Amino acid sequence: MSTVARTGESAGKVLSLYRQLLRQGNQFSSYNFREYAKRRTRDAFRENKNVEDPRQVQELVQKGLQNLQMLKRQTVISQFYQQDRLVVEGGLSGKDKEGGKLRQKDTGWD
Amino acid sequence: MSTIAPSVLRQASRLAAAAPLRSARVLSRATTAAAVKTASASRSYVTETKRNNADVQAEHAIKLDHREMEKQGLAISAQNGSSQHVSPMADVLSNAIVMDEGQRPIYLDMQATTPIDPRVLDAMMPYFTNVYGNPHSRTHAYGWETDKAVEEARKHIADLIGADPKEIIFTSGATESNNMSIKGVARFFGRSGKKKHIITSQTEHKCVLDSCRHLQDEGFEVTYLPVKSSGLIDMAELEAAIRPDTAIVSIMAVNNEIGVIQPLEEIGKLCRSKKIFFHTDAAQAVGKIPVDVNAMNIDLMSISSHKIYGPKGIGACYVRRRPRVRLDPIISGGGQERGLRSGTLAPPLVVGFGEACRIAKEEMPYDSKRIKHLSDRLLNGLLSMEHTSQNGDPNHFYPGCVNVSFAYVEGESLLMALKDIALSSGSACTSASLEPSYVLRALGNSDESAHSSIRFGIGRFTTEQEIDYVLKAVTERVGFLRELSPLWELVQEGIDLNTIQWSQH
Repeated sequence: MSTVARTGESAGKVLSLYRQLLRQGNQFSSYNFREYAKRRTRDAFRENKNVEDPRQVQELVQKGLQNLQMLKRQTVISQFYQQDRLVVEGGLSGKDKEGGKLRQKDTGWD
Repeated sequence: MSTIAPSVLRQASRLAAAAPLRSARVLSRATTAAAVKTASASRSYVTETKRNNADVQAEHAIKLDHREMEKQGLAISAQNGSSQHVSPMADVLSNAIVMDEGQRPIYLDMQATTPIDPRVLDAMMPYFTNVYGNPHSRTHAYGWETDKAVEEARKHIADLIGADPKEIIFTSGATESNNMSIKGVARFFGRSGKKKHIITSQTEHKCVLDSCRHLQDEGFEVTYLPVKSSGLIDMAELEAAIRPDTAIVSIMAVNNEIGVIQPLEEIGKLCRSKKIFFHTDAAQAVGKIPVDVNAMNIDLMSISSHKIYGPKGIGACYVRRRPRVRLDPIISGGGQERGLRSGTLAPPLVVGFGEACRIAKEEMPYDSKRIKHLSDRLLNGLLSMEHTSQNGDPNHFYPGCVNVSFAYVEGESLLMALKDIALSSGSACTSASLEPSYVLRALGNSDESAHSSIRFGIGRFTTEQEIDYVLKAVTERVGFLRELSPLWELVQEGIDLNTIQWSQH
């Protein structure tokens, strides 16, 4: 968020857009797309945080909104056509080490 | 494993039906017994059954038994964070069949193909649903709107490689583009009988080598240039191989097995000076390294959509117009695509391809930085193991393609040991046969070394977690396989394997 957008209601807009993008990107059923969406929004916002020109800020916000619309459509589609979880994803109740229970995953040997 | 779940449920339901007023403690003891039984049978998971909520009724249990697959679907969707309401029965069942989660291998074979980027799919969807016109229909709005989209896609592809949109011909993929370029140019110039020589390299893709072999049957002469042990072409040898009747030189930009980047500018300059057409198979290069057809003096180029996060089934051929490249088309018909490739275009695929190219151009700096970082991490980890070596030039290779040989371990057995990671040894087009890859043999590797190599493909969607998982898995399992190997024992004792006299028996 630029110093222009750091104050005023545009800062709020940018922040709310960021949160919405992250929340929507988390809805992908595919691990790779989910992680990419989170990582890319974070890096894109970080990269543009010092943009001054209000017109450019407005352009970037527009692009962000278009991406948000795209995410809404694509996350729904990805939930229609789901697949099993990857070996590298944790369990539903968090990673294997939580709660003292070691869930052994038999992968790769038999 | 999932067959244990219905037996658990049947047992629990029988207990519940038989004595519905039994105390919670007894019920919990019964479920413990069931859990212990299942634990001993499967030996590898601990259920998180919430005993107080394990309120199993008979008819529910029987229904669930029959509809287990649907419940499994529900359970999985709940786990993926979507906002779907899950019934407590499904929750119990999900805990009982928790063994089935997390089985799908992680994907590290980006040179074979790449997943379709969600943004690309989003651009394609209208053309699969409501915008269905034929782009070649000139008389109505259905045709005009799809034509507009196709021309826009053409512009995106042209911008990515620094070409003019009129120079892009859509084909069904890089294989068709390679065939079209090589056979087309050779046949056009072979007709007059003057230019009958083709130069290519030994590490090309199978479709190029097969086209050249086919042309040899038609009477052309082909020189297959050897490569240095690093995988790069020797410019002096290329210059020496050029004859007055050479029509075309075909060298691929980025090799799909070892990832080496050939010196395209130098080769292009040499070919331009000798007035020979320069064709390059850039299927693995476009969108990943910067490619400019004018700076590199490229006359013909093959592009594949499914290597840059686009749909499968579409590709393009860049055919230079100034100076004009004359081709004999392989597919005749209504004269679409400048007469070089007739046939109705598929607007959804073309639009997806265009969008993939647009995204690739925009994201190239970000993606290449990230892939370099992941690749360095993976390569350093793999090379820090003993008796491993990288195939290909360590300075001139595309970071997303890491090909490492593990000595004293057989490649196929390592792939089977790594069955939770989707990998490849050699390329997809040679993996059906049991022969070692011809590319690795061309590098001068011995047969054993060529057999024991694995190719890791890193892409836009690969995460650090996956790379760490791969490193850990490879280190463990290579160690395990080496322990099994008698050759490894000999090597550990310090015996040089070349001095051993293998006896006949």
